[in-house]
Amino acid sequence: MSATMLETRGLTRRFGGLVAVNEVDFDVRENEIHAILGPNGAGKSTLINLLSGEFPPSEGEIRFQDRPIQGRKAQQIARMGIGRSHQKTNVFPRLTCLQNCQLAARIHLGGVLGSWRSRQRARAVDERALQALETCQLVYRAYTPAAAMSYGEQRQLQIAMVLATEPTLMLLDEPMAGMGREETAQVTELLKGLADTYTLVLIEHDMDSVFRLANRITVMVDGCVLETGPTAQIRASEKVRDVYLGRHQEEVHA
Amino acid sequence: MLHTYPKRVVVIMLVLTAIVAIFPLWGPAVFGAQSDFMMEKMTLMLILALFAMSLDLLVGIVGLVSLGHALFFGLGAYTLALASPAFSPAAIWWMAPLVMLVAALAALVVGFLVIRTRGIFFIMTTLAFGQMLYYFVSTSRHTGGTDGVFIMFRPSVEVGGAVLLDLDNPLTFFYVCLAMVVVGYLFLRWLTRSFFGQVLDGIHDNEHRMEALGYATGHYKLVAFVISGVMASLAGMLAAMQYGFANPSQLGWHTSGEVLMMLILGGMGTVFGPILGAFAYEILQHTFEHLTTHWPILMGITIILAVLILPRGIAGLIIDPPSRASLAKSSPLRWLKPGRAAPASEAVKPAAPAPREG
Amino acid sequence: MDLAFFSVQLLNGLQYGLLLFLIASGLTLIFGIMGIINLAHGAMYMIGAYLVYDLTFRLGSFWLAILAAIPVAIALGLIIERLFLDTLYKRDHLYQVLLTFGLILVLNEAQRIIWGGDVHSVPVPELFSGRIQLTDNLQYSHYRLFVMGVCLALAGVIYWVIRHTRLGIIIRAGAVNRDMVEGLGINVRTLFTLIFSVGVALTAFAGMIAAPLTSIAPGMGDSILITCFVVVVIGGIGSIKGAFWGAILIGMAETFGSVLIPSLASMVIYLIMAAVLLVKPRGLFA
Repeated sequence: MSATMLETRGLTRRFGGLVAVNEVDFDVRENEIHAILGPNGAGKSTLINLLSGEFPPSEGEIRFQDRPIQGRKAQQIARMGIGRSHQKTNVFPRLTCLQNCQLAARIHLGGVLGSWRSRQRARAVDERALQALETCQLVYRAYTPAAAMSYGEQRQLQIAMVLATEPTLMLLDEPMAGMGREETAQVTELLKGLADTYTLVLIEHDMDSVFRLANRITVMVDGCVLETGPTAQIRASEKVRDVYLGRHQEEVHA
Repeated sequence: MLHTYPKRVVVIMLVLTAIVAIFPLWGPAVFGAQSDFMMEKMTLMLILALFAMSLDLLVGIVGLVSLGHALFFGLGAYTLALASPAFSPAAIWWMAPLVMLVAALAALVVGFLVIRTRGIFFIMTTLAFGQMLYYFVSTSRHTGGTDGVFIMFRPSVEVGGAVLLDLDNPLTFFYVCLAMVVVGYLFLRWLTRSFFGQVLDGIHDNEHRMEALGYATGHYKLVAFVISGVMASLAGMLAAMQYGFANPSQLGWHTSGEVLMMLILGGMGTVFGPILGAFAYEILQHTFEHLTTHWPILMGITIILAVLILPRGIAGLIIDPPSRASLAKSSPLRWLKPGRAAPASEAVKPAAPAPREG
Repeated sequence: MDLAFFSVQLLNGLQYGLLLFLIASGLTLIFGIMGIINLAHGAMYMIGAYLVYDLTFRLGSFWLAILAAIPVAIALGLIIERLFLDTLYKRDHLYQVLLTFGLILVLNEAQRIIWGGDVHSVPVPELFSGRIQLTDNLQYSHYRLFVMGVCLALAGVIYWVIRHTRLGIIIRAGAVNRDMVEGLGINVRTLFTLIFSVGVALTAFAGMIAAPLTSIAPGMGDSILITCFVVVVIGGIGSIKGAFWGAILIGMAETFGSVLIPSLASMVIYLIMAAVLLVKPRGLFA
């Protein structure tokens, strides 16, 4: 079994009276694809937001590579190597595809003054941006403004931007939301390929993709972890089927 | 991609610059005896153009709406007035750096506090800090109270005793101001097209996303705030030379409101727009003053109309001129909605950055 | 500073703070619910004062003047909201700032055209012209006490409306998340018009009852507007409770500041604001 990259203990987040994430113990191992499943409002996105530092936890601990990171700002956590993408498409529409990735890659130039640092480092950074595009098969779109790309391509660009920041751990919030069947298959392949180099946590509603991709799955209901385990275990779990899969099916068919 | 405009923008700006630059040739023919007065007016417009440009970096590029920018303008004026010796001219070589240093320090302190706030808070706090200095100088004995401080001599520009430029000469001063506007413009163009400018654009579009990527957006905003403040202080220094005094009204919030108006009239976020805006605003005001003693009411109505029908300003008209067809379309508002090249659905920015949580 | 003097200043600070609360509550309501920053808010305070000045001499009674002026102020609020603000709700704050800045120029100049540039005053109404003997050598104006009473009563009404009515629930929800209001199935247009008119009326009313206490002069709205901005920033935008405590704090600070440290008096409230921004950038009660 590979080493633990990220773990949480008793992670809790309250909004007023509402407990969105309740005493969550959660761990991610190196080079795995860990999917988080759960019905709407189960606290999946809040969990991701806590991990990426979007807001601080009310209680509990988050350790990343054995260092506590709870309470740190989003930008610090991002630079430590946790990259994330958002549920809503979140690219910069006025910039080209390449510029979007350059913007992402350049966080490692170091601070405000880094903007004017040596050309050599800048070149290295731009190289990385191009690599990210290559990985996501978007090179042919490099000089297209993001606003002019299709929805699916924008979603892929978002993944490319996360890659460009050179993360060790990627948090992807519904990377395939709103995509067509073909695009979904394409992104599934892409993510599978990434798992060799990166560790992935993903929230996804598309069951087929999740079962195909994930090594392990955590199922959340009402802010709590219902069950965590290898994909096969979750697939076979009675508990999960009752509480989540049943409900999910209803939702889909409703 | 960003901050690139059609060729005609360059052409129009060059032609306008040339027309202004050769004012001494055509001024007397057009204005006759009033030519000298008009040149002074023009000098003032150039100074205000520099001021408006500096604010564009904050408002148009970063998206920080400051209603206290006159603070730095006035600070430049007062620094010059208070640091000038009473009976001899100061040397520009240490006066200009001093003005910039004072403004930079003030911008650093004020910026540190106001950058912590967002949206409407930012507007209110910048306004309040501007007023703080306003009340301070208008009540303090050291700053001449409401009368302000007079400047007896404009700074000298000398090297080793040889006079390079005589700033007391209105024509020389006019060209100095013109040069400052050109330099300021080129500087901002370079800045907005640099990577630093790209980050600022990113913050304007989606600060949240920039943070998630790993940018310390606060630092970038603070640096932009300082650069903008320093530029404004230089404009204020020139204004004080032009008027011959530093006065509390130069840092009052009406001045902040007016410069914001120049920005919107000219077209914010374009860097060249505010220059046009400063000229347009001053020409309008000059015209209204001749029409009625109650000219502020006309100015107010103009502002309201400009906001309602011309939110992208004159620059917006130049960058994509309304076609006949679109003009004919029902609402005059439709073709000028803010939000540059953004897709139609995002053309209208939300009124406030949404609160982070629930 | 002896105790008597201190008590008078305390009362003055309280009275000023309560007056500020009336103005700031309107400002914070309009922002909290409507997302509109209204720079012309101070001008409405000025107009309230001028209206009462004008009508007192026309009608011969301060009380009748107030009765007549309130509908005028509400009507003005309605006109402004329907005519101008309607187009601004979805636009950037920048445009709201500029439009309402234009409104200030128009209203300030309209005031000059109608009432001229002179400084005026309104006599304290006879009913409250007396002074109350607090101690042997300490008197306090009846009218100031009356103003305090009225402000406190209004604060109580506002508190009650916000705590115990359906409208209050909407207001509280709106201050936290404006989109939620639309989700509650409420006619937002009507709500906005109502809120704006109430906000404007509160401010104008503050100007009316303050008229006998201050000199009525052009531009009197500008400085009070900025003081109220400070109040709102300190209290937290959209929070009525914040506006109340912020107003009391600023009222006291300004009153005692001008007595204790006259050289820095004009800066005191801004220094307080800076301190609050350092500790709680979103205001004390946000």
